[in-house]
Amino acid sequence: MSKQKTLAGERRRKTIMSVVLSVICIIYVLPVLSVVINSFKLNTYVKTDTFAMPLGDMWAGFSNFIKGMTFGNYPFYKSVLYTVLITILSTALILIFCSMAAWYIARVNSLFCKIFYYLCVFSMVVPFQMVMFTLSKTADQLHLNTPWTIPVIYLGFGAGLAIFMFVGFAKSIPIEIEEAASIDGCGPLRTYFKVVFPMLRPTMISVGILEIMWVWNDYLLPYLVLDINEYRTIPIHIQYLKGSYGTVDLGATMALILLSIIPVIIFYLICQKYIIKGVAAGAVKG
Amino acid sequence: MSKTRRLRSHNGSMRQRSIRRWGWLFLGPVAAAFVIGFVWPFIQGIYLSFCKFRTTSDARLLGTQEGEGLFDNYSKAVTDPSFLHSFWYTALFAIVSLILINVLAFMVAYALTQGIKGSNLFRTVFFMPNLIGGIVLGYIWSMIFDGILSHFGTSILMESKYGFWGLIILMCWQQIGYMMIIYIAGLQAVPEDMLEAAKIDGATKSQTLFKVIIPNVMPSITICTFLSLTNGFKLFDQNLALTGGQPFIIQEGGSVIKTTEMLALNIFNTFYGSNATSQGTAQAKAVLFFILVAGLGLLQLGYTRKKEVQQ
Repeated sequence: MSKQKTLAGERRRKTIMSVVLSVICIIYVLPVLSVVINSFKLNTYVKTDTFAMPLGDMWAGFSNFIKGMTFGNYPFYKSVLYTVLITILSTALILIFCSMAAWYIARVNSLFCKIFYYLCVFSMVVPFQMVMFTLSKTADQLHLNTPWTIPVIYLGFGAGLAIFMFVGFAKSIPIEIEEAASIDGCGPLRTYFKVVFPMLRPTMISVGILEIMWVWNDYLLPYLVLDINEYRTIPIHIQYLKGSYGTVDLGATMALILLSIIPVIIFYLICQKYIIKGVAAGAVKG
Repeated sequence: MSKTRRLRSHNGSMRQRSIRRWGWLFLGPVAAAFVIGFVWPFIQGIYLSFCKFRTTSDARLLGTQEGEGLFDNYSKAVTDPSFLHSFWYTALFAIVSLILINVLAFMVAYALTQGIKGSNLFRTVFFMPNLIGGIVLGYIWSMIFDGILSHFGTSILMESKYGFWGLIILMCWQQIGYMMIIYIAGLQAVPEDMLEAAKIDGATKSQTLFKVIIPNVMPSITICTFLSLTNGFKLFDQNLALTGGQPFIIQEGGSVIKTTEMLALNIFNTFYGSNATSQGTAQAKAVLFFILVAGLGLLQLGYTRKKEVQQ
């Protein structure tokens, strides 16, 4: 009898928790929803009726999107293309070269490797403000200030976390497999690319996702390094909508924000499992 | 047995030698980029904090002329009222957000590990804001806060307490999902038999929580505490986009205090603001900032190491 009672109580408790969490969930998506409704609202109503549906007089159709596309004398599609380019190039560079370096560090026991590894770990606790001024000057001198060359800087500044994670995993790969490959006549290069590289896949996904999230959303590094009049990434573009013009077209800004978060949310829904795993794996970095 | 081991180690060193021949290829690209992107700017940054300069090429070491001291930049930095203000503001922000984020994230994680229907959906939603960049987040929330505050004839830029709590709400919204993931991993690792034993011994729900569960997730709590602390100290994008330091107070003597400006933004403004003569001071501030953040990071490392040994 009493057991039945506690079971019923347990079930009721769970229902209550479910309801509470659902309410929090709805509150959680409200900010994103408000971006959606305001991107279809005429600019004058965004500030006064932020939470109203864009009906009747307020309905702006797609005019905000059309306006946003060429807002601030810089076409939005160009920022999107540059952001995609920088993100893909940087992530590819980091994944290929950092995994190679990490395997070498895990397998070769030299002083240089040790120093390099500890420098990488050290670089993870250095805030960007420490190096931003000198880094942007160095990048200028070496002509690394275009979307095609800025990935080199991302490779350098992002190496710390990637190498840290790859070394941790590479050390756990049994060395016998590589020995077998080398007995079969594989050189180090073939051993790495044919044998080790495929085995690093889980860490590749984790590191790749962390780097994509970082580079895609990064504002300060490209802002300081790139020539802003020619090259803008999405965060820079959105910052400039507000920065340089006294009155901001909030409707158009919200339209652009919506356009910029749609791909992120699609990416999230597709790779959700890996993203959450990658974040949990990268949490050690501090 | 010993013979095979010797053979294997001999084979290993042969292999090491053949790998080493390719060292330039394996390490070269990263090492070069690492020097360009980190090592050189870092060393130069420390050097410049003792210099008078406008760009990196006209730097001159301080203390070489009459009336200068080597540490002039540092003494200017620590006596700059805006820097001190931003330090205390940042510290207060970091501590308040640390407590709120961790308590709420733990509660959500605890609820989500009770086997409620729809847990996966909730987890997906709570984590989602992490994917959105800081600048975009700042603008979304500035629209929302202004939408609410405009009904009271004010704005988030008008009073610093709005800016402070606004940023707290924003950071909670963004970070709870992240910390929740770490807490869920910790909660799922609590040994099932311990919970069972507590139940048989007649422990109440709250006794189980405080005496069994929380001691077992201590490692996750340590990680999350330090993560949210350093995140709070390093915050930049959200701060810039939400208030940009407004409202400003003009003090006697003309110096301006940006009331909601945090450390990172203060350093940025000292470098690139209108007063461009203070770049040495800015670099000195950056070095101090680095020491603070790196100190917190190393503290965390030492603390987690100690915990690992105990277990």
